[in-house]
Amino acid sequence: MTRYSIFSLVRNGFGGHRDWPEAWRSPDPKPEYDVVIIGGGGHGLATAYYLAKEHGVANVAVVEKDWLGGGNTGRNTTIVRSNYMIASNAHLYEKSMKLWEGLSQDLNYNVMFSQRGVLNLAHSDPQLDAFARRGNSMRLNGIDAELLDRDQVEAMVPLLDCSDDARYPVMGGLLQRRGGTARHDAVAWGYARGADSRGVDIIQQCEVTGIRRDGGRVTGVETSRGFIGAKKIGIAVAGHTGHVAAMAGLRLPIESHVLQAMVSEPVKPVLDTVVTSGAAHCYISQTDKGDLVFGGDLDGWNTYAQRGNFPIIEHVTAAVLTLFPAFSRLRLMRAWGGVVDMTMDGSPIIAKLPVEGLFLNGGWCYGGFKATPGSGWVFAHTIAQNRPHDLNAAFTLERFGQGRTIDEKGAGPVPGAH
Amino acid sequence: MHLIKCPWCGERAEMEFTYGGDGTLTRPADPEAASDAEWTDYVYFRDNPRGPHEELWQHASGCRRWIKVRRNTLTHEILATGPADRPLEGNAS
Repeated sequence: MTRYSIFSLVRNGFGGHRDWPEAWRSPDPKPEYDVVIIGGGGHGLATAYYLAKEHGVANVAVVEKDWLGGGNTGRNTTIVRSNYMIASNAHLYEKSMKLWEGLSQDLNYNVMFSQRGVLNLAHSDPQLDAFARRGNSMRLNGIDAELLDRDQVEAMVPLLDCSDDARYPVMGGLLQRRGGTARHDAVAWGYARGADSRGVDIIQQCEVTGIRRDGGRVTGVETSRGFIGAKKIGIAVAGHTGHVAAMAGLRLPIESHVLQAMVSEPVKPVLDTVVTSGAAHCYISQTDKGDLVFGGDLDGWNTYAQRGNFPIIEHVTAAVLTLFPAFSRLRLMRAWGGVVDMTMDGSPIIAKLPVEGLFLNGGWCYGGFKATPGSGWVFAHTIAQNRPHDLNAAFTLERFGQGRTIDEKGAGPVPGAH
Repeated sequence: MHLIKCPWCGERAEMEFTYGGDGTLTRPADPEAASDAEWTDYVYFRDNPRGPHEELWQHASGCRRWIKVRRNTLTHEILATGPADRPLEGNAS
């Protein structure tokens, strides 16, 4: 692997940038691997990377039905945060945050992680009280959190409508300064390059069509490029978790839904932090290119189509314009949708499954991107050691029947919470 | 946009409806006798099919009745609609 540096940049500059080596190989699948990861998105690639780096398990293949990062890795709104209240969530996402903070150096690949802060707006006194409670929980768990009053919010986000007659009056906010955004594609590419250089085979255009089992344990995957043997199989397929798990005869506490996002035309810098509003149902940030990228609620009905409908686009846009009237003249450039696994408690499943040798990393609802490094790290541990790490021990499939749901929102058994 | 045919009001836009989820779930007939596993299955677990899905919708901004809809989750095509208290016509596939 060519190490990227100022020197390699200058050297290749003299060559007109024609001689850069491929960032990863495109090998044909071997007959058998120690571990096959299904899904070449951020989570699957991170898992392969940490399997090789942390556990010395390098006889690994990542099989992807399409191209790397073409699913939800390339469809999210790139927000990174760890502002959770429940301890098991807080520790998992904070592990991820700590990995984010060193990720570009670790991968020798610029993932453009920008700690520009994530600000949750409070629109009522009770909501501000709830934020104070969450902020205190975060700080007790060693995570940064600051409670802002209205003047501080207004100073930080000048274009936000903080007037008294705003439809959603701003009473304050909860700020995590270490939160921010990252370049989503670069995360997939950086992990792919890092995993490949440690011996992992990344096999694109290879769709898994079946999971072969023998006497209650997995023996490999049937794919569009033939059978690939595997001692262990890890599923990391974002919106299609239920479909892939069904290949091993498993039914899950998951519904597949669509979450839409959209971007405006690019403009000069106007918003240097991530702003979210639970009351108005939207979140918004500005990319380095200048587009305002925003999203909000699920469309609300089961779907595997990567597209949603206009009522939600209208709803989210209206919410953004209510908070930021100054954006009303901007044109909307694109809207798109990603299929998300909504679990019945809003938290993921990162665990061994009842089939021996089969592991699941899924059910990320609409919050999987920020978890990418931590998710891969604990999933690699779970697969390599055959048991979960303390950080993901609570995220079992069995928790739903044991009264141990991890329900951050306190919403009960609904597949729309996050 | 889904155009959903309410059995009482005719074709109406999706915005008039509220989604009620999987319409094939059956609550355990004898709550006291049902095991924890049966309750867990009913409360949390779903078939979540790719393709035809039988689901409940409420015509919330119309007649307020609950209706049953068979809809393709890959194409968003509405395949059949009918009252909630009886099986839909046609078969699931």
